[in-house]
Amino acid sequence: MSVLVYTENWDGKFKKLSYELVSYASALAEMLGTTVTSVTIGETDDNVLKELGRYGAEKAINVTGDSLKTLDNQAYAKVISDIALKEGSKVIILANNNSGKALAPRISVRLKAGIGSGVSKLPLNLDPFTVYKRTYSGNAFAHLVIKSEIRILTLAQNSFEVAEKPENIVLEKVQSGIDGSLVSTVVSETQKQSGQVILTDAEIVVSGGRGMKSPENWPPLVELAGLLGAATACSRPVSDEGWRPHEEHTGQTGKIIAPNLYIAVGISGATQHLAGVSSSKYIVAINSDKDAPIFEAAQYGIVGDAMKVLPKLVEAVKNMKK
Amino acid sequence: MKILVCISNVPDTTTKIRFAEGNRAIDTTGIQWVINPWDELSLTRALELRDDPSNGIKSVTVAHVGNADSEPTIRKALAIGADDAVRVNAGSSDAYFVALQLAEVIRKEQFDIIMCGIESSDFNGSAVGGMIAESLGIGSVSAVSGLSISNNQPVMTREIDGGREVVAMTAPMVAIVQKGIAKEPRIAAMRGIMMARTKQIRVYEPVPAEPLTEVQVFEKPAPRAACRFIEPDNPAQLIDLLQNEAKVI
Repeated sequence: MSVLVYTENWDGKFKKLSYELVSYASALAEMLGTTVTSVTIGETDDNVLKELGRYGAEKAINVTGDSLKTLDNQAYAKVISDIALKEGSKVIILANNNSGKALAPRISVRLKAGIGSGVSKLPLNLDPFTVYKRTYSGNAFAHLVIKSEIRILTLAQNSFEVAEKPENIVLEKVQSGIDGSLVSTVVSETQKQSGQVILTDAEIVVSGGRGMKSPENWPPLVELAGLLGAATACSRPVSDEGWRPHEEHTGQTGKIIAPNLYIAVGISGATQHLAGVSSSKYIVAINSDKDAPIFEAAQYGIVGDAMKVLPKLVEAVKNMKK
Repeated sequence: MKILVCISNVPDTTTKIRFAEGNRAIDTTGIQWVINPWDELSLTRALELRDDPSNGIKSVTVAHVGNADSEPTIRKALAIGADDAVRVNAGSSDAYFVALQLAEVIRKEQFDIIMCGIESSDFNGSAVGGMIAESLGIGSVSAVSGLSISNNQPVMTREIDGGREVVAMTAPMVAIVQKGIAKEPRIAAMRGIMMARTKQIRVYEPVPAEPLTEVQVFEKPAPRAACRFIEPDNPAQLIDLLQNEAKVI
């Protein structure tokens, strides 16, 4: 009957996102009068698994097997579905990130369980089970009723505060019985970013738009990001022009992010751009056009030329750190 | 090999969303409908692959679940260059319903590579592609930002959080596609628009399927407080506000 939460194994560790998920699951379990079980796939140390207990998981299941070394959507979805059935879980929670989006729909079909994707708060109602869901790329929200007996929720990143609980967790190790023939993904190469803040994980993001005028003007923006421990991002025209790599493109068709602070430099704030950043807790806009729509989304604004404002901002952050 | 591109029609992404029917639906008055942006990029990449004979792609079909009203969107896909199209004659009530309809089309007509956009810009569900694959019991690769054919097999780049992988999978399979798959959407030329008029749209009636979810009501996002402006010569004030008022740095 427990709430099942998929805590993704990231090279044997968890990201903060997993603790957000467990905290959310724990709050939901309280509403439902039940407990939280986590499932992690792939080798994970006991000490790492026990960390989940600090956020309210009462059981951490670790499934391992030779055929589960890399993400295969079909095999992973079967593992999670089987555990949900064994645990009698009525709610399954995943992150609304790449792997959560890959697995949730497959689990949905296996268990005939409706999905509420990209939820940002606890259910509005338990009967009927109603969630608050982002739609129209952030221009509207829906109260979505999930009619099935089992429900799947994918939680938007950085939308739920981690909350510590008294620790009381048991670990369960499971050797997967997944047949290798179910695994069809053949990974030939893996590249991981190193030494820089990953955009989708970042709590602060500094982003540049066409108002930056040319790719040579990026150093002060990158310096500001470095000083703030922030990731760098950009608007679509900037990535289309090849000024910055397309991984940095935030917006409707690029990455959708929800940092605590989003600093938009020389970005006018087209609807499509705002669709990717409107869930940020705070938006700061720096733009030379005082009528730019970005100022309608921002809490703090500076009207001015990015090239003149950025160096002063860098100085101000350096002074703050002294 | 045959490619199927699943397309959804969505309000143009600059549309100001208004509601109707007691906020249970959106007001479609004056809305310009377009191919969902990720589906349009999928179609573009599918056509690029077909147009290079060394890939051995025989045809690119588009499939859509929707009423007759959505035919202009299908015609647009045909004008861009799809060879033919399938429409399942039903409103798209939820992702599960739509996925079961598309899975049935694939069972009937048999495709090797099925491409779906990673989400639709209206419902933002990110569900249909994975649901199709699970319904058919075939593999899926998600967050695909590159697709090519090597030795008759699809080879993809998939984005992982903070990196990327090169992945191969034997067809039939579902590729769930995101930005990067094609540089820019292909635009219909006059010749394509003329040819599209005579291309075939096969219409199927829906198979029974019970939606698992239902929108009760829509609402607008909470309005943000008005922007507080800081003098450009005084960025220290901004830093102070971020540190002591917003408490985010």
